[in-house]
Amino acid sequence: MASQTLQSVPAEPSPARHELSPEDAARRDAEGQAYFDKVMAEDSRIEPRDWMPPAYRKTLLRQISQHAHSEIIGMQPEANWISRAPSLKRKAILMAKVQDEAGHGLYLYSAAETLGQPRDQMMQDLMDGKAKYSSIFNYPARTWADMGAIGWMVDGAAIANQVPLCRASFGPYGRAMVRVCKEESFHQRQGFEILLELSHGTPEQKQMAQEAVNRWYAPALMMFGPPDDDSPNSKQSMAWNIKRFSNDELRNRFVGMMMEQVKVLELTLPDKDIRFNEETKKWEHGPLDWDEFHEVLAGRGPCNAQRLERRREAHQNGAWVREAAAAYAEKQAMKQAEKESAA
Amino acid sequence: MSTSPEAAAETAGHGDISVGVKGSGNSGEATASATRITPGNALRPEDIALAVSRGSAKPSEDAAEFALRLGDDALILAQRLGHWISRAPELEEDVALGNIALDQLGHARSFLSYAGGLDGRSEDDLAYFRREHEFRSAALFEQPNGDFAVTIARQFVVSYYQFELYRRLTSSTDSTLAGIAAKAVKEVDYHRDHSAQWVLRLALGTDESRQRMIQAFKVIWPFVDELFRDDELTGRLSEAGAAPQPSSLRDDFDRLTGEILAEAELEVPNVQPSPGGGRRGLHSEHLGYLLAEMQVLAREYPGASW
Repeated sequence: MASQTLQSVPAEPSPARHELSPEDAARRDAEGQAYFDKVMAEDSRIEPRDWMPPAYRKTLLRQISQHAHSEIIGMQPEANWISRAPSLKRKAILMAKVQDEAGHGLYLYSAAETLGQPRDQMMQDLMDGKAKYSSIFNYPARTWADMGAIGWMVDGAAIANQVPLCRASFGPYGRAMVRVCKEESFHQRQGFEILLELSHGTPEQKQMAQEAVNRWYAPALMMFGPPDDDSPNSKQSMAWNIKRFSNDELRNRFVGMMMEQVKVLELTLPDKDIRFNEETKKWEHGPLDWDEFHEVLAGRGPCNAQRLERRREAHQNGAWVREAAAAYAEKQAMKQAEKESAA
Repeated sequence: MSTSPEAAAETAGHGDISVGVKGSGNSGEATASATRITPGNALRPEDIALAVSRGSAKPSEDAAEFALRLGDDALILAQRLGHWISRAPELEEDVALGNIALDQLGHARSFLSYAGGLDGRSEDDLAYFRREHEFRSAALFEQPNGDFAVTIARQFVVSYYQFELYRRLTSSTDSTLAGIAAKAVKEVDYHRDHSAQWVLRLALGTDESRQRMIQAFKVIWPFVDELFRDDELTGRLSEAGAAPQPSSLRDDFDRLTGEILAEAELEVPNVQPSPGGGRRGLHSEHLGYLLAEMQVLAREYPGASW
């Protein structure tokens, strides 16, 4: 995901910097930095109350909230097929999967909140177009086979990206990722199973599966982010033990995994240049259209406007419900306080 | 959120929000369960389909028709509720409404698998290849989602009705109906809690939410009566000890919903009951659209498996 700078910056830890004397502020920073450096050197974990460099906080907040937004926006292409799922069992599985994604959004927003920004603000940034989410969800889910391709390829790429994040240096993020990854691996298997069933079904079903794989292949590979020589933030993230492997490393590893699995599916990947390089012992793939990637990222993909509008609409339609819940909670709290003061 | 996508689908209810995965690090979640129900020994739709195909569970004609009614109620509601996923007022409600939809879908699959045992049709044959007049759901279930208050009003009525029905069905002389009900009643108990909490929040929250809640009950209440009407089928089932007469659930329904409505400072709406007719295949204008969407893909590829 590309960096973006418009997102709201979180509050500073308490006591705020301006409440401290210059000497105390400097001492706190020096002690904090020393501890932080030690944690990085030992490859251990930073927790929310620990001192952290402002840039580390900002990077994590951006990454975790973008990840949360991706889960929430990512519900839409699949929710699109819940009502039309072709069997009741598939309908149930798909509902459970999209529900899981809402759950992932919740853990991730919670993890991001520990960095000092409320969920409401993150949601607002998303709806205002200030925060990004994974570009893959700006592509349409055209057929039922896309439910298979999204599960197998998009969730597969997400897992390849996210398993190393379970060891991220920021505790709440790493712990959230453990649970997310477990669920994602079931999602990938269910996607694989959908494609397997289709590829062994009627010729029309097999064609539907192949076309979905063709459509999602390149966007899935681009989920790992730009090539290493065009990824300015990666180096710092690796130094901070947030990112463990480079974009290209993860992408190549993923291509290798798919090459094995696509054989079982009896389908093909739409890339004649995939090969295992015996010298580097790495998988290689054909050229990707990075211009398209940047177009979609810039908001000019097939579904960008639709996805954001749907999120805004749900949020606006729910405003009166959230207000009611807050008002009710406040009234209950007042009643409770009255009871206690009377007692 | 479960140990497999299938388990998520089939245990449906509260099983699917339990952690159920080993070794989730030091978060203490590895052994935690979000609910009391373990998915491990729950009765799954597949178990019923298997028992039916082996001949160890075979419904009488009356039991099959009754299972069709309950299965259709749950299926149509699940289809309605599924629409909320990704559109709810809060993420927590995406999860909650999705969960209730999954529970209902699980119950539908069980009841339909059993109903199909009469003539060898599968749950999918029944869901995807029947026409509108062959569905046996009551009018309440197909009512449009409306705003969140309408969805909550509908869910409130459904949950209290289903709870009373399933509670009694657990002692049915038909052991399959009793088994399905035993699992379902625990899940529907949570649905009661969820909708009752929302009725209170909306009715006592803001002026706007109170007006919307009052309006929603006016929209939904005409469809309450149909749920409690006896007919020849329920008469025969009741005599056989296989199912309660719907009218026998009414007192408990009125009392328990009345307690919540009183706490919410709401009156039972003064509206005329709808004639209904869904149990005989006479549906509102809404059902055709719902079925068209639900069935389109399956009917595009008849005979295909998915």
